[in-house]
Amino acid sequence: MTAPTQELRPSRADGHEPAVRLDAVSKVYGRELLALDRVTLSVDRGEFVCLLGASGCGKSTMLNLVAGLDHATAGEIDTGAGRIAMMFQEPALFPWLTVSANIELALRVTSSAKSTTRRERRERAAELLEMVHLGGLGAKRPHELSGGMRQRVALARALAQDADVLLMDEPFGALDAMTRDLLHDELERIWRERELSVLFVTHNVREAVRLGDRVVLLSSRPGTVIEEYPITLPRPRRTDSGEVAGLASAITDRLRQEVLRHAQPAQRPGATGTGK
Amino acid sequence: MTADLSQHIAGLDALELSHRERRSVAARIWARTWPMFSAILLVLAIWEVVVLTGWRPEYVFPGPVTVLGELWNRLGEAEFYDAVAVTIRRAITGFAIAVLVGLVIGAAVSRVRPLRAAFGSLITGLQTMPSIAWFPLAILLFKLSESAILFVVVLGAAPSIANGLIAGVDYTPPILLRAGHILGLRRLALYRHVILPASLPSFLSGLKQGWAFAWRSLMAGELLVIIAHQTSIGEQLDNARELSDAPGLMAMMIVILVIGIVVDMCFGAADNALRRRWGLDQRVG
Repeated sequence: MTAPTQELRPSRADGHEPAVRLDAVSKVYGRELLALDRVTLSVDRGEFVCLLGASGCGKSTMLNLVAGLDHATAGEIDTGAGRIAMMFQEPALFPWLTVSANIELALRVTSSAKSTTRRERRERAAELLEMVHLGGLGAKRPHELSGGMRQRVALARALAQDADVLLMDEPFGALDAMTRDLLHDELERIWRERELSVLFVTHNVREAVRLGDRVVLLSSRPGTVIEEYPITLPRPRRTDSGEVAGLASAITDRLRQEVLRHAQPAQRPGATGTGK
Repeated sequence: MTADLSQHIAGLDALELSHRERRSVAARIWARTWPMFSAILLVLAIWEVVVLTGWRPEYVFPGPVTVLGELWNRLGEAEFYDAVAVTIRRAITGFAIAVLVGLVIGAAVSRVRPLRAAFGSLITGLQTMPSIAWFPLAILLFKLSESAILFVVVLGAAPSIANGLIAGVDYTPPILLRAGHILGLRRLALYRHVILPASLPSFLSGLKQGWAFAWRSLMAGELLVIIAHQTSIGEQLDNARELSDAPGLMAMMIVILVIGIVVDMCFGAADNALRRRWGLDQRVG
């Protein structure tokens, strides 16, 4: 498993629809700035896909499009009937609510049967907190928790939406290495239990290799898919293991090439054949 | 593995949970009051020194002992309480109307773009307009009546309150709006669950500023619009001036100051409570 250089893989799922499908999606900001250029990508049900790229590759733009926070200029995005939850780099918890109330709000908005009582929601919130190892802290305010704990509350809130697809925008970027490792284990476990489909954006190559079934590499300005790496290392993986490091350095090399491309002054976006 | 993981996490969490202890109520009250009392004593001392220099004759500029004695006398009279009651009633009525008006205008302007373009700067302009400038018009419109006073009080306070709400809505952190959107909150639900609570601190400071304007307008109004057979703090002040009753005049001024400070402290306490709940009060060191 050294530098794999396969072509675009056909979707693993043969019979059923993928959880998320992007078909030739482009995004233009203002008049000129092409952020995404005909990106085609799919996430199978239960698949963990990591989006990797240098800055300016439109990773976050892509997530925003899938989440419906922004609209694509061209192309199609299909998320089927599945519910979508999203986590950001910041926990984005509501400071005026307790930890439990933050989760209860998600339950209240989501619950298809609007008849859930307050008490049911409270119990459900407590279960979710238990799931992210924060049992008994429901009465705390978000600011009383550490960054890692808040991010777990955010995860619990996302799970409260009972989503099929979880979008994650560098959710562990602001955490220290040890906390991040633990949250990787945590996320992997929950992903398995809940059979979630995850689209995980990061600029941390090892994190991508540690977590992903597949790592998708994006080019910068405009963002396009330049490479996909299926990661077949057995789980659970460790971020500091030799296999993860080896694979990560191969991907990092490819990423460097991509960054270097932008250092050549003669190179114009039009010359790559991707600009319009 | 799982047990191991949860133990790890429990360990990290225990290390990171903040343990902020709060001091006892008595200690907190003492910590806040002693600087205040020292300041009051200092002011009284300076005042006494100025009187002792003989800068003005005693019957024009009496010392603190005389004034506080006069205040003590007035505290024993029913008329004093009538005056304070009338003024407080006006303040509460005026402020309540101002809050209502400010809320409606603020909500409408923050929500509707054309309204914002049309009235946004006008509201800020009104805020800077000295409320006393409204009185000639108010007296023409309402004669020498309580309505004239309330009219100016509302005009003085409502713009600040509206602006507080507008600013709060404008500065709702975008990340919270995105989080609300992801949760499935739209339009009114987004307003109710995210935008309004997020604008609470700004709204509260708008209320506080609005109160300050209301109180000033009210005092100006009570001095200008003297209603026959109705006492009030302003009327007593004006009365004392006409009778050249310097101690009585200054005693009433102290009353005005104290009421202003007490109400301001209430707003301050509300603000502190909010900050503590939201975790905005983390100080350095």
